[in-house]
Amino acid sequence: MKKLLIANRGEIAVRIINSARSLGIATVAIASEPDAESLAAKLADELVIVGPAQAAASYLNQEAVIKAALDTGADAIHPGYGFLSENAEFARAVVAAGLIWVGPDANAIELMGNKSQARESAKNAGVPVLPGTEGPLAEGDDAIALAQEIGYPLVVKASAGGGGRGIRFVESESELLATIEMAQGEAGAIFGDSAVYMERFVQDARHVEVQILGDGTTFLHLGDRDCSMQRRSQKVIEEAPAPSLPDAVREKIRSSSVELARACGYSGAGTIEFLYDPVREEAAFIEMNTRLQVEHPITEAITGVDLVREQLLIASTGKTTLTQEDISFSGHAIEARISAEDPFNNFFPSPGTITKMDWATGPGIRVDSGFAAGSVVAPYYDSMLAKLIVHAPTRDEAIEAMNAALDATVIEGIKTTIPMHRALLARPEFAQVTHHSRFIESTPDILETA
Amino acid sequence: MADIISPLPGIFYRSPGPGKAPFVNVGDVVTVGQAVGIVEIMKQFTEVQSDVAGTIASFGVEDNAMVNPGDVLITVTEG
Repeated sequence: MKKLLIANRGEIAVRIINSARSLGIATVAIASEPDAESLAAKLADELVIVGPAQAAASYLNQEAVIKAALDTGADAIHPGYGFLSENAEFARAVVAAGLIWVGPDANAIELMGNKSQARESAKNAGVPVLPGTEGPLAEGDDAIALAQEIGYPLVVKASAGGGGRGIRFVESESELLATIEMAQGEAGAIFGDSAVYMERFVQDARHVEVQILGDGTTFLHLGDRDCSMQRRSQKVIEEAPAPSLPDAVREKIRSSSVELARACGYSGAGTIEFLYDPVREEAAFIEMNTRLQVEHPITEAITGVDLVREQLLIASTGKTTLTQEDISFSGHAIEARISAEDPFNNFFPSPGTITKMDWATGPGIRVDSGFAAGSVVAPYYDSMLAKLIVHAPTRDEAIEAMNAALDATVIEGIKTTIPMHRALLARPEFAQVTHHSRFIESTPDILETA
Repeated sequence: MADIISPLPGIFYRSPGPGKAPFVNVGDVVTVGQAVGIVEIMKQFTEVQSDVAGTIASFGVEDNAMVNPGDVLITVTEG
């Protein structure tokens, strides 16, 4: 690999350029017209404008991206996260164009992109999955016995439902049969299909995940992360390792994630996401992300491994230089995703020109930013500006370090979510790890302490 | 004549999704509160509703165009 095209924008494009540079690989940035003056565009050795503002015509324009690589003589494409990173068709097109795809095989992307196939593969590899009926309830099924196996509370879901519709909650056995009957009638009336199935309901679940690396022959994990602080299913604070996780659960999710990677002959970096039930002390498979994760820096902080460098090495040589024995963990890392939104106005997006951007500096502090003072935050793309990452010997010290780092950070010209991060870090629920993935929504007074 | 203006900056979409039929076309009758378009800003989608009843006379901007707060999206003949 001599020259890498980065098919992304913002902080992750900057991040990838830096690791490529450390390996002596030249870089090509792509940008939409309004991003022509962005940090990534200025930092890369070469720049290709691939289209107008709208992502569909620029960052998602497969033909234009591949043409940019061929025109500049790049021999590889790194997709970053989002955009084309989990597009199997694009991965195939990149390879068909004679370029190196920095990511797993298109078949692995496709397999994990299909919910039911992914669940089946995970289950076969020994990854714990959420207990539930295999397919819809059939005439003659002993629903009471099946429900006992799943455990209460559970949900009865319409097979044809979705988006939160057609779901009924069952607290105990006494309500079960009547609820199933009602759910079937309702599903038939609403969706024209009365099929329903049962699944475990996890109250106040945490989100944990395992970072894996593979080269098709060697597979290893780089520990776990907790990303339970979410707003509308978007992670806002992540930490590594996952706190308050029983040793047996941690061991189970780590080892089974490696087995899942092995089962699909995985090559590159990937993440297996789990729902963790703190009451039952059980984790269950959600999905596998076949790409670099936004929150990868907290894993880098506690392992000392540069994940992007590993991705580039695996893609260019076909081999990882790491084995499980090389991985050790040190301290605790926390990441805050800082977005251009106004937390005091229902998180309304806040595009505009950044007039001042001064970050905290010091030992254990890392900032991955796609913007600087003078940068324009355009209204077309995701609102995330930067990631502030701290690393300290213990979780308590990491929380303290993050508080100090947020206090020392000054961003002006636009509104940011920094006040929300301050408020979240001050919550006793976060300190005691009793928060869960719907904590922010279920705590409407969250900003009163900001 | 009354104007439906954009309440925020972003991208104006005339239909609820790619390949979907437009919310309204010129000549359509609209009621107060009816959805007439979407403005997207940073992946957040805000539905634009008509604040008048009448007939769509014209569009002030193209589909997929960048709009600023106060830009006229649609002009409606009242009544």
